[in-house]
Amino acid sequence: MIAFESVGKTYPDGTVAVADFDLEIASHESVVLVGTSGSGKTTLMRMVNRMVDPTQGRVTIDGEDVAATDPVALRRSVGYVMQASGLLPHRTVLDNIATVPVLRGTGKAQAHERAAELMEVVGLEESMASRYPSQLSGGQQQRVGVARALAADPNILLMDEPFGAVDPIVRAELQTELLRLQRELRKTIVFVTHDIDEAFLVGDRVVILKPGGHIAQIGTPEQILAEPADDFVRSFVGADRAERRLHLQQVAGREVVVDASGRAAGVLEQGGTP
Amino acid sequence: MSWVSANLDTIAEQLLAHIAQALPAIVLAFVLALPIAKLANARGWLRGGLTGTAGLLYAIPSLPLFIVLPLMLGTSIRSPVNIVVALTIYGLALMVPSASEALRAVSRETLQAATAQGYAPWARFWRVELPLAGPALVAGLRVVVVSTVSLVTVGGVLGVPSLGMLFIDGFQRNITAEILTGIVLTAALALLLDALVVLGGRLALPWASGRAPRRRTAPRDTGQEAAR
Ligand SMILES: Nc1ncnc2c1ncn2[C@@H]1O[C@H](COP(=O)(O)OP(=O)(O)OP(=O)(O)O)[C@@H](O)[C@H]1O
Ligand SMILES: [Mg+2]
Repeated sequence: MIAFESVGKTYPDGTVAVADFDLEIASHESVVLVGTSGSGKTTLMRMVNRMVDPTQGRVTIDGEDVAATDPVALRRSVGYVMQASGLLPHRTVLDNIATVPVLRGTGKAQAHERAAELMEVVGLEESMASRYPSQLSGGQQQRVGVARALAADPNILLMDEPFGAVDPIVRAELQTELLRLQRELRKTIVFVTHDIDEAFLVGDRVVILKPGGHIAQIGTPEQILAEPADDFVRSFVGADRAERRLHLQQVAGREVVVDASGRAAGVLEQGGTP
Repeated sequence: MSWVSANLDTIAEQLLAHIAQALPAIVLAFVLALPIAKLANARGWLRGGLTGTAGLLYAIPSLPLFIVLPLMLGTSIRSPVNIVVALTIYGLALMVPSASEALRAVSRETLQAATAQGYAPWARFWRVELPLAGPALVAGLRVVVVSTVSLVTVGGVLGVPSLGMLFIDGFQRNITAEILTGIVLTAALALLLDALVVLGGRLALPWASGRAPRRRTAPRDTGQEAAR
């Protein structure tokens, strides 16, 4: 479990990135922080692996204050995927994936073996193992980034706009694979994005942030769509957008779901969600 | 060219002396420039000051420096130590600004990513920052190599053995072959060391030449995403 206990961060230049933030993230849960640029998402996420130290309050992992842990050891135990992958350009794909196990003292051969397995897990062809990151497409780089974050089998995965820099088709592919992975691996995931659709897809719960790390609303995607807390949330999630406003029409004896612009979105089945 | 065949021993001696002064100065300048540049980059005000000072150092005329240094170091004026110290100073004047620039050009994002993976500060410097600055450092080192090899000859004026002695002696005694030998060998040595630096850089930084170390994969193997 990760707990943010009234944390705040004021940067040395006086910028108040996060004022007073509380959140508990259960083990195996995936929580998405979503909000406008500068709302403090990255700052909050980085408090978990001590890339940022809060100036107020504390962050605990399983009850233990992270401020009391060795930051280097902590970072090796928490997976981190960043936007534009953050791969080491001078290391091959295989070496990049093996980074954390090697830092932790695993033998190179063993780390490479595990890295090769992970390449398969994230859907990378074996032939890419000896390439450098610059020789991969953006989507492939993000896969390497995800594989690297998984290499030491961390309990916690921090993902800062991991799919922000790839085109929508590749993004959808990567999102689907993340969901598949998460069903198998059941990590505790903190995920940051700008994209509300991505947030609703990936998050068990979604935290909508206003500038200063103020929480506009926390809830499951269903809760947020059903009951937007205020106008900010309503406009942020696009609750007024035509494709979100669905209604039923009877067609040939079945109930068809139609959006506000009259486009058919699907059919209604009894029994609801899987 | 009969002068050359008659004086092979002298030529070899001067060549070796030349190398013996150039190499330590090149290595020292490179090795010392790194911590100085690193320190300068960590402190904004130092960086401007240091790179400015470095530029000024290079403007010191070499002959007076070679003469003044022994007074400061307490060595004899003919001692190769002076030459090495003087050449190191010139080397630093060139290398500190380029090392500072090389280290500064390393992507902060990449460094942060390395920290996030759990690199301790020193490991990050040696295994991430330094290698990534490598190509620019090599470029800086090449300038130092060529400049140092040619500056060693100035010591010849003071009677310190080097290829410079060949053309000074050649001028004094009017032996064209000796002059040419000195000039050609100096240039050849500079080119050779430069080539070695380039080669060393290629071997140490295989990723920078834009090629995979082992097999190159054919385009059809690049997967679906690359095809988009
Ligand atoms: N190192 C820093 N020094 C000073 N201010 C900073 C620093 N890092 C972030 N900030 C400021 O803190 C605020 C929150 O930044 P943060 O990066 O957490 O936002 P974000 O929600 O991740 O934004 P984005 O969606 O653009 O990534 C911003 O106003 C930003 O300018
Ligand atoms: Mg951010």
